[in-house]
Amino acid sequence: MSANLNRVHATFEGEAIEAETGASVAAALISSDRVAWRTTRDGAQRGLFCGIGVCFDCLVEIDGESGQRACMIPLQEGMRVCDNGTRASRTAVDADTEEAAQ
Amino acid sequence: MTHTSDVLIIGAGIIGCATAYYAARSGLSVTVIERDLPASGTTSHCEGNILVSDKELGHELELTRYSLGLWQGELAEFGHLWEFERKGGIIVASRETSLASLERFSASQREYGIHSQRLDEAELRELEPHITGNALGAALYPEDSQVQPILAASHLLRLAREHGAQLVTHAPVTELLRDGDRVIGARTPKGDFHAAHTVNATGPWAGTIGELAGVNVPVMPRRGFVLVTEQLPPMVHHKVYAAEYVDNVGSGDAGLQASPVVEGTPAGTILIGSSRERVGFDSTISTEALGRIARNAVELFPFLSRVRMLRHYHGFRPFCPDHLPVIGHDPRAPGLWHAAGHEGAGIGLGPGTGKLLAQALAGETPDMSLDPFRPERFDDPAYLKAHE
Amino acid sequence: MTALRATGQAPMFDVAVVGAGPAGLAAAGEAAASGARVVVIDSSEQPGGQFWRHRSEAAGVVDGGELHHGWRDYLELRRAFDAGIAAGTILYLPSTSVWMAQRDTANFTLRLVPAHGGGRSDTPTVHASALVLATGGYDRQLPVPGWQLPGVMAAGGIQAFGKQNGMLPGKRFVIAGTGPFLLSVAAGIAHQGGTVAAVLESSNLMGWLPRAHRAAGVPAKALEGVEYTAAMLKHRIAYRPRTVITEILGQDRVTGVRTARVRSDGTVVAGSEREIGGIDTVGLGWGFTPQMELPVQLGAGTRQDVDGSLVAIVDEDQRSTVSGLFIAGELTGVGGAALAVLEGRVAGRAAAFEATGPGAGAAVAPRATSAESRAIARQRSFANAMHLAHPVPAGWQQLLRDDTIVCRCEEVPAGALRESRESMAGEDLRTQKGQNRAGMGWCQGRVCGFAVSCMSGGADPLSNEVETSLAQSAKRPVAQPLPLGALADLD
Repeated sequence: MSANLNRVHATFEGEAIEAETGASVAAALISSDRVAWRTTRDGAQRGLFCGIGVCFDCLVEIDGESGQRACMIPLQEGMRVCDNGTRASRTAVDADTEEAAQ
Repeated sequence: MTHTSDVLIIGAGIIGCATAYYAARSGLSVTVIERDLPASGTTSHCEGNILVSDKELGHELELTRYSLGLWQGELAEFGHLWEFERKGGIIVASRETSLASLERFSASQREYGIHSQRLDEAELRELEPHITGNALGAALYPEDSQVQPILAASHLLRLAREHGAQLVTHAPVTELLRDGDRVIGARTPKGDFHAAHTVNATGPWAGTIGELAGVNVPVMPRRGFVLVTEQLPPMVHHKVYAAEYVDNVGSGDAGLQASPVVEGTPAGTILIGSSRERVGFDSTISTEALGRIARNAVELFPFLSRVRMLRHYHGFRPFCPDHLPVIGHDPRAPGLWHAAGHEGAGIGLGPGTGKLLAQALAGETPDMSLDPFRPERFDDPAYLKAHE
Repeated sequence: MTALRATGQAPMFDVAVVGAGPAGLAAAGEAAASGARVVVIDSSEQPGGQFWRHRSEAAGVVDGGELHHGWRDYLELRRAFDAGIAAGTILYLPSTSVWMAQRDTANFTLRLVPAHGGGRSDTPTVHASALVLATGGYDRQLPVPGWQLPGVMAAGGIQAFGKQNGMLPGKRFVIAGTGPFLLSVAAGIAHQGGTVAAVLESSNLMGWLPRAHRAAGVPAKALEGVEYTAAMLKHRIAYRPRTVITEILGQDRVTGVRTARVRSDGTVVAGSEREIGGIDTVGLGWGFTPQMELPVQLGAGTRQDVDGSLVAIVDEDQRSTVSGLFIAGELTGVGGAALAVLEGRVAGRAAAFEATGPGAGAAVAPRATSAESRAIARQRSFANAMHLAHPVPAGWQQLLRDDTIVCRCEEVPAGALRESRESMAGEDLRTQKGQNRAGMGWCQGRVCGFAVSCMSGGADPLSNEVETSLAQSAKRPVAQPLPLGALADLD
């Protein structure tokens, strides 16, 4: 069976990123020359560390869902990946708005 | 090995540490013996509440006022060490019946000087933008405060040691030493500790120390779970409870009781309680309790539905049958004092208990009478009958 | 066994296996072959665990196993696994984590959460009569100044990234720490076109000499060793024993490292300091930490292994101290994939018998065969020799400055831990955690747990104090983050 090595296209903070089919979100970020994509509470930059989903350093927000481990998740076509910190409160507000609308 | 001091304190939780602080500062020689490490009991398994909002008129309220005065007054210079925050508490009512109860309750509290401010829906939403859409109204208690309890106990102990107090860790008490009737100290695997005054500050285990002295100290554990979330930007700005919480605190029911208590912390995590159940010292995790706490919290703050819990813990509140602590000298075992049984208010009442006890230990008249908290009250049939 | 229906009742299995790495695959296959109905829960998208992590099958990438050892063994285990799924004797739940395991008198209850996404599992709960835990391990870490810079990774993380994505996370690497695994990582990087400036090994390798016979007992390991040596020579990768990183350099990301030689007591040899520049990625690895929270949640007995890791106590049939609970792989002692497979087989068979009793193909409880027992013993002997030859360097704490981050999640510096220990009776991990938040972040102490245990408990990693702290660190009532909404929905 021949490998299906199409590229998968997505965005990080609105900018285009891509990876081979099956590669992780982290791989796409690394391929886009990013080595860090998260800011800690004290203002430090973090990207990959343990690579296997144990350390939670690589967290991103994907399609509105915060706290996603970039190293573990295959990049899907059209994913909107964001910095995990910036939209957390917006995500929560979205949930409130949904709730109120019900 | 024998060690002698004026005061021997058994237990380095918030009560023991506060007592050590005040006793050492007043010039008494103090030794604290702890079976594990400081704050390893209930103190490290609670939320750090300093509340007036859940108190009714009575001795506990008096002690609360006194103790809060210390947190805010003479201990204020250390407040940054233990993240003291006068954040205020808000009791939220989402049903007409509980709103009416809340209004009655807060009105009566105002009569005995517990300040609260009625909030209508709009005012509530301004203070807590993420509160449930079902909220009808609330009461704001500006004096409700918060500390990080492990830091509070640990720093009070450190300050006590700077005033000469000694700490011996990993030293469980195996027996109390007697001279006739008198309790003159305690034996541990790390040696014998003699003192003119021995203080039982062992929280939910106070009854066991009482047994060693042959006296009834009916402190029982009441288990509570706390959920801890991921770090978030500030979403909850006060301690927020549902109006049902107040009824829970005073209830003697053995079954699981749960009602929401939600608050943010300086670290960014949100602490979520609360539950109460009488299961002895059982540490088996109750998914029922966890689920109820989560449901209650999400009802109060819908955004929490998508917020992740990273861990949970549970603690054993030490409670007495009449929901008042035991504080003071035990005439049934001279030389033995107790300072335990503060139920869910141990952190708030810690400094007050410590200072009053230190005063009594030094032979002074305490700022407040300790008579309502006398340990021997449970042996008095008249008292028991009056408090059925 | 048909697909799960939404009956509102949690499905019940004979055997649940947590982990689909070498041990889990072996256990599941044996359990199914013994006639048990098996559920396998694993947090990855596809089987293989860490050791056999490979390119995405869902994307249609066929991994030829060039980066792997024992690939044929994997393929064989995988065939049996897939056959079990097709036959309906194995239900496979990938991308799923167990956040809580409970045992009551009747059976085990596993509470599940999706490994990523919105956080509500289609199958939030499963029950099983017997349970096999095979959750493996992850790189063990020691902090060093600068290790929080972007571009610093776990050595195993670099290898995992390469195996999973077919690309490297950087271009020019330094790999440091201790253990033969560093060579495996370096060889893999070179194979994928990266440059390894040096492999820094803290031990002096003399520790192998008294135990060389144990290495001889496992010829496959010797072959592996030869392979790595060949790769190192071919790619001219410098291998420096008795050398550690003393500081990782860079502003916004790694640019270089400072190194020094160390004596066997861990003290730095003055004048031996060097600098390696032009680096963009550093891989750090000090052995492995078994992922212990589920055994600990269930109350399984634990002990400290020769490498200092907290591991589960098991008998020759992989039976833990908890009735019906079997444990296999790294959880019983870090020892590699071949050992994990052997243990997994024994555990799977024993668990199936435990669940289904006599009549399901075996009259009496199956024991490990003498061949299996001997193989397990040889592998364990080798693993122990390796651990003893590659200890955590004694002086590692002295390299830490007061501002060196120890807990990455909560950014707690060494100075705070030292202060807790010196003036606030912070003599165990739990007390330290309560005072300075080390271990309170997302990873709940997985990465910093060993370091904090050593810093609270005293210098000797094999002391009772450190073991106590390791046990405290492994106590995680929530094994994976869980949205409160999912908890609220729990029956």
